Amino acid sequence: MNRTWEAAARAACAALFLAAGGALAQERTAVEEIERYRQALADGNPAELWEARGEALWKQKAGPKNASLEKCDLGLGPGVVKGAYAELPRYFADSGKVEDLESRLVTCRMTLQGLTAAEAKKDPFGGSGKKVVNDALVAFITAESRGHVMNVKTDHPKEAEAFEIGKTIFFHRGGPYDFACATCHAVDNIRIRLQDLPNLTKKADAQRAYTSWPAYRVSQGEVRTFQWRLEDCFRQQRFPHLEFTSEASVALTLFLAKNANGAPFNAPAIKR
Amino acid sequence: MKKNLIALAVLAAGVSACATAPSDYALYTKSLAVMKASFSAKGQAKLDRLDQDTLQRTCSEYSGENGLPKDVAAKIEKEQLAQVKFPADGQMLGDWKSGEKIAQSGRGGQFSDDPAKPSGANCYACHQLTKAELSYGTIGPSLYNFAKVRGYGPDVQKYAWTKVYNSHALSACSSMPRFGHQKILTEGQIKDIVALLMDPNSPVNK
Ligand code: HEC
Ligand code: HEC
Repeated sequence: MNRTWEAAARAACAALFLAAGGALAQERTAVEEIERYRQALADGNPAELWEARGEALWKQKAGPKNASLEKCDLGLGPGVVKGAYAELPRYFADSGKVEDLESRLVTCRMTLQGLTAAEAKKDPFGGSGKKVVNDALVAFITAESRGHVMNVKTDHPKEAEAFEIGKTIFFHRGGPYDFACATCHAVDNIRIRLQDLPNLTKKADAQRAYTSWPAYRVSQGEVRTFQWRLEDCFRQQRFPHLEFTSEASVALTLFLAKNANGAPFNAPAIKR
Repeated sequence: MKKNLIALAVLAAGVSACATAPSDYALYTKSLAVMKASFSAKGQAKLDRLDQDTLQRTCSEYSGENGLPKDVAAKIEKEQLAQVKFPADGQMLGDWKSGEKIAQSGRGGQFSDDPAKPSGANCYACHQLTKAELSYGTIGPSLYNFAKVRGYGPDVQKYAWTKVYNSHALSACSSMPRFGHQKILTEGQIKDIVALLMDPNSPVNK
């Protein structure tokens, strides 16, 4: 939070404006422009506002039990936030389930704060002025894993099973368009219109993609979480609505996270 | 995953699959159950979209690191080709201008789309078609100068119709949607799309 993001945004816009007028502009692809914009904003990401709100929400007493989330165990012990996201999803003995960050937060809000499942899962994604708890907590917690090397395990049988289920779902073609995740994300160097599509079955692409979520979306003015990303890709896949923190979403996340192992986590990022 | 078919055949024959490691068939059944419990119907996208027809099932099994065996591919192409419907009046070419609009539109099939409005085909999502449109994808090959290169004759028209109607009839397990087979486009819309590819005046062939 050392620099305000407004100043960085102004600098980036000025850079874009100058580039557009310059002779080089035609040669630069839209992708390169976005990359430059991203770099210019890199140390002034608006996601910092979500991170700050998330940290406050983490410490704030709430719910029928009037408790904070500070004792929530994200896998490295109660209250340990640093580095936790780089090892999620994982199996939790207390819930008997494999959980990603977002489903783990639901569990903690239920057990520590006394919310019902419906209350803890209500309105997970912000939008049009509406501020929500989930995306702020996710921004705060993931930022605390910046620089930590992705290290997702499949030692527990339930983790191994989730990986296999996630992989099966990734290749599951269905719906009126016969699409699977693999239709758009299992080939190198392809794009839809002008949007580059990562090959999520290849290490380098999977690492680059996974370690850059959650992200502040410039086009939406919101921090988007990984659960949001999956839901929106399933929409484009012409599938029904993916339930927030559902078993399929966690299995798919574990499959993709494990493919990113070995890379330093680097989000919340900023995207178009 | 490619052993699923065999596993299915084994099950069908009443012989139990390997007792210790979960078979691929067991994994498939479990994954489908997990999906059914994880999605909810929204707008036009109901839960039956998670169920697979034979083609979707077979192509899923042979994707990823599993290559598609030649005999399986040939069987798929034969089956899909047999289901292609050609226009009753034998006229395959419509209006390329309308075809261009359909090729541009990405509407259709999503729960966020209005099912009362006609679907687009979003050909540009995956293909280059004209020189004018620079915002095109590269999932499929460039179709620029499609008929100029291949010729404007009835065989090429029939090829284009078949490809758009059911792309798997010509290349099994293609990534391209089956626009006719799955009723994404109407017969009239396919005529317009084929005209976009085949009409000498279409910007595709300029
Ligand atoms: C019809 C095409 C399509 C399908 C099917 C699809 N996606 Fe995507 N996906 C996209 C597009 C387009 C983007 C880039 C979106 C953007 O930049 O706004 C994307 C982005 C992503 C990203 C983020 C990549 C990054 O570097 O930011 C992930 C992860 C992802 N998809 C995973 C999936 C998964 C998992 C599935 C299956 C549930 C899936 N996608 C299905 C088109 C698709
Ligand atoms: C989701 C991606 C996707 C969409 C949408 C799509 N295609 Fe394709 N198309 C492909 C791929 C991949 C291939 C190459 C593999 C094959 O032949 O099936 C292809 C191949 C083709 C071919 C054969 C090319 C050749 O050289 O013989 C034609 C013709 C074609 N597409 C036309 C269309 C038209 C017209 C539309 C819109 C109505 C369309 N496609 C929409 C992915 C797509």
